[in-house]
Amino acid sequence: MALHRGRGFAAVNYPIGMNLGGDPSQALVHANPDGKFTVTLSSIDLGQGMKSVVRQIAAETLGVPVEDVYVDTADSDTGPHCMGSFASRGTHRVGNAVIQAAQEARAILLEAAAEELEVDAADLVTDGEGNIHVRGTPARTITVMAAAQAAQFRQGRTIAGRGIFLIPLSDVDPETGEMTPVSCFAHAAMLVEVEVDDETGEVRVLDMKSAYEVGRALNPKLVEQQLRGGAWMGMSHALWETTEPCYPDRSHRPVDFTHYLMPGPGDLAPHHISILERPAPDGPYGGKGPGEMCANPVLPAVVNAIYDAVGVRIDELPATPEKILRALKAQGGARPKRRL
Amino acid sequence: MPKKPITFVLNGAERAAFADPGQNLLDFLRRGVGDLTPKYGCGQGGCGACTVLLDGEPVLACLTLAEAVEGRRVDTVAGLGGPAPHPLQEAFMAHFAAQCGYCTPGMLMSAKALLDRNPRPTREEVIEAISGNLCRCTGYEPIIAAILSAAASGARP
Ligand code: FES
Ligand code: FES
Repeated sequence: MALHRGRGFAAVNYPIGMNLGGDPSQALVHANPDGKFTVTLSSIDLGQGMKSVVRQIAAETLGVPVEDVYVDTADSDTGPHCMGSFASRGTHRVGNAVIQAAQEARAILLEAAAEELEVDAADLVTDGEGNIHVRGTPARTITVMAAAQAAQFRQGRTIAGRGIFLIPLSDVDPETGEMTPVSCFAHAAMLVEVEVDDETGEVRVLDMKSAYEVGRALNPKLVEQQLRGGAWMGMSHALWETTEPCYPDRSHRPVDFTHYLMPGPGDLAPHHISILERPAPDGPYGGKGPGEMCANPVLPAVVNAIYDAVGVRIDELPATPEKILRALKAQGGARPKRRL
Repeated sequence: MPKKPITFVLNGAERAAFADPGQNLLDFLRRGVGDLTPKYGCGQGGCGACTVLLDGEPVLACLTLAEAVEGRRVDTVAGLGGPAPHPLQEAFMAHFAAQCGYCTPGMLMSAKALLDRNPRPTREEVIEAISGNLCRCTGYEPIIAAILSAAASGARP
């Protein structure tokens, strides 16, 4: 028996969002009488950090401190419509909708402040710390809270905004077959090193080096963690997770976490990540979406690395020990470093 | 069969509640006592989301009979930290060691059990201690880093 090392590379273009009937998300933003803002969404944060990112985007657009923004994703019955959190679309679609809604709310906030200060709203600026003042004259100032209270109790004005971001349905041109389903691509490249045991068929990932191009990393720590956790899941899809095959038949299939295998904390490979920022022209503050793309390059890179190590092409995932042993047997043993 | 009164110490305070015969500790804590911090992941010992400490030792609450805690000490995430978060909780935040957070209560209790008996664990000992806790989101690396950094900080309320 022998252990064989191999290296594999893969690169992906990853389209942000999808286009089955158009891809919209909506957002509502309103001020409360304490001068704090609520962003209402039906979009869901399932741990990827969408609430944090949307909060930053709303605060930036409104010109208020991030602590003064609350993001409510509680209920799709009471929130405006969203297609959902999938296809890495949250930051891009929802973020753009939030910018539009926050711009509308900000304009009304400044009108309310202008009325109190007896100036033109076009001359007002926010300092991002909860104050509004006349451009060039910081002494002529009103707090966001005072402006919100004046709107509520004196002016009878709602400080609120609506936003939608829609990638419309792209039909196929019947003549050319051409279509434009996607407006924004993220990119990734990954180099993986593996060790294949030609006696047991086991593959161990030894090292991962990646570069992910994510537009602007709106929250760098969240982006890094998404990439780290997602690449782990890619490794899991490449080598572990399956309910097939089950011997002697399907009635012996896995039914719980003790049979459905995933890499544990002892199976990790060091992952060296480079985050490249190329702000997207149509992204919220340049953001794209690292979502699913973080897992994608790992699978082809691992399969290529197995080929490099022992010369077998695994074309059905995951690359389980059984598949590798069967392929090695069919090939008559390991043939390291075959060239394409 | 009649319900059975159980008296035990939960997070340092004496508690009494009725358990159904054969009821597991997870169900008892969540529904009988109202401590929702231990999570139900699988109900059969496969995920570690329900991990609590029984007399300081980590156990899977879903596989422990409620009656087994009579007169004993149970610790859950609800008892971690005081006015300020526990150093482990601080470290989990600093290292972004939670995404959906569903595994976090179990991870914290497994980590606490480890640090209570071994304040300066190696990376391998940390891995061993959380090897019964599944996480779908983080890739484990930030959790390991958080536990090692809490250990290095030395604070232990
Ligand atoms: S719920 Fe107890 S181990 Fe999964
Ligand atoms: S953070 Fe989601 S399962 Fe661990």
